[in-house]
Amino acid sequence: MRGGAVIAVSVFIAWMAAVLPMPDWALPFRPEWTLLVMAYWCMALPSRISIGWCWLAGLGLDVLMGSLLGQHALGLGLVGWVVARLHLQIRVYPPWQQALVMAGLVGLYEFVLFWTDGIVGTRADVRWGPVLTTAILWPWVFELLRGVRRRFKVA
Amino acid sequence: MIHGPSKPLFLRGPSLNTRLLTCAILSVVLMTVDHRQSHLEDVRAALSVVMHPVQWMVDAPFRATHWARTNLASRTVLVDENQTLRDAVREDAARLQRLRTLEVENQRLRELLNAAQAHDYQVDVASLLSMDLDPFRHQLVLNRGDRHGVVRGQALIDAHGVMGQVHRVGPLTSQALLITDASHSIPVEVNRNGVRTIARGTGELDRLDLPFLPNNADIEVGDLLVSSGLGGVFPAGYPVARVTRVARRPGERFAEVHAAPVAWLNRSREVLLVRPVEAVEE
Repeated sequence: MRGGAVIAVSVFIAWMAAVLPMPDWALPFRPEWTLLVMAYWCMALPSRISIGWCWLAGLGLDVLMGSLLGQHALGLGLVGWVVARLHLQIRVYPPWQQALVMAGLVGLYEFVLFWTDGIVGTRADVRWGPVLTTAILWPWVFELLRGVRRRFKVA
Repeated sequence: MIHGPSKPLFLRGPSLNTRLLTCAILSVVLMTVDHRQSHLEDVRAALSVVMHPVQWMVDAPFRATHWARTNLASRTVLVDENQTLRDAVREDAARLQRLRTLEVENQRLRELLNAAQAHDYQVDVASLLSMDLDPFRHQLVLNRGDRHGVVRGQALIDAHGVMGQVHRVGPLTSQALLITDASHSIPVEVNRNGVRTIARGTGELDRLDLPFLPNNADIEVGDLLVSSGLGGVFPAGYPVARVTRVARRPGERFAEVHAAPVAWLNRSREVLLVRPVEAVEE
């Protein structure tokens, strides 16, 4: 049970990246950084980081972005559940196959956001941009976070 | 003998499905309450303090460049700027003299007509935090909150016109909804002839819709729309938008009228918060 601070810092940085101002053309392609980071920790330390923490990370995102309270939380909770179920399989996949899994997870997450927006009547479209960019970024984020985990002996 | 932290082979605690169900139920309850009622504003305000370091860090580089630009400017630039500002102040002061006489005259006429007295307004300066929020809502984060006297419903303007209103107040920061948000409407009147209507946000930054104008309404492209003050949120008489398109459709009850906001919605960093001054009874 070490390195809680390391995990907290990684989530903090993911939150920052989620609201960092970007040029208008790049907005539809903003990767889901929080999802990437939480998915990694769920996969690497499933006995420690799981649905509950994902849900809280999502709640932070809701407060930060001014969306409906519980919306991103629901999406990330669902992602946490999938990863917790499949973490033994995902771990042994080659990177490109893991990236495909991530694409699926982001698709699920975006759909949850779109669906809740639809129910409360906010005008929204499903965003496919993040599915692509998040999946492409996964191998690098994975390497980076694995390096961090080994360097700081997070377990 | 093996020491050290032992990793459990199996996940402990409630099963994954139970946890997911708990989280899902919690989410649904939160969303329902948040959407239908305002009980959660306090929760959100408390959580916003927890998240404030994130906002602060994201905004830091922008604050730094702003600081550098104001503090590391060369002397000639400052002198030039000073000169321009002096000129502007002189011009405005000259214009204000006329305005003051007009104001008094207006007041006297209102008294003659027994009309309600116009409110007086006080403005506070706030600046925006550089952040991208929910991409489908038009929102801004202000660096002023409860602690600085910001209240829910306060109007937000910039040097050019009305921007929006404060809709969530936290202790340190607050969030404002722009007039272009799809859920926002503002009562306006045509400056030229006083025709009253409502301008609704469309979700596009450069367009408002005026959906309730009949086909024979007296409105033309280029008309300036000002806030009418009805509804009590926005102070009357501030420019809101300029009409960009009028399509009269025979057979339809209402004309299709579009307008473009005059405030610099995505370019202003310094904004003004308007607050009605409580009328002092004699």
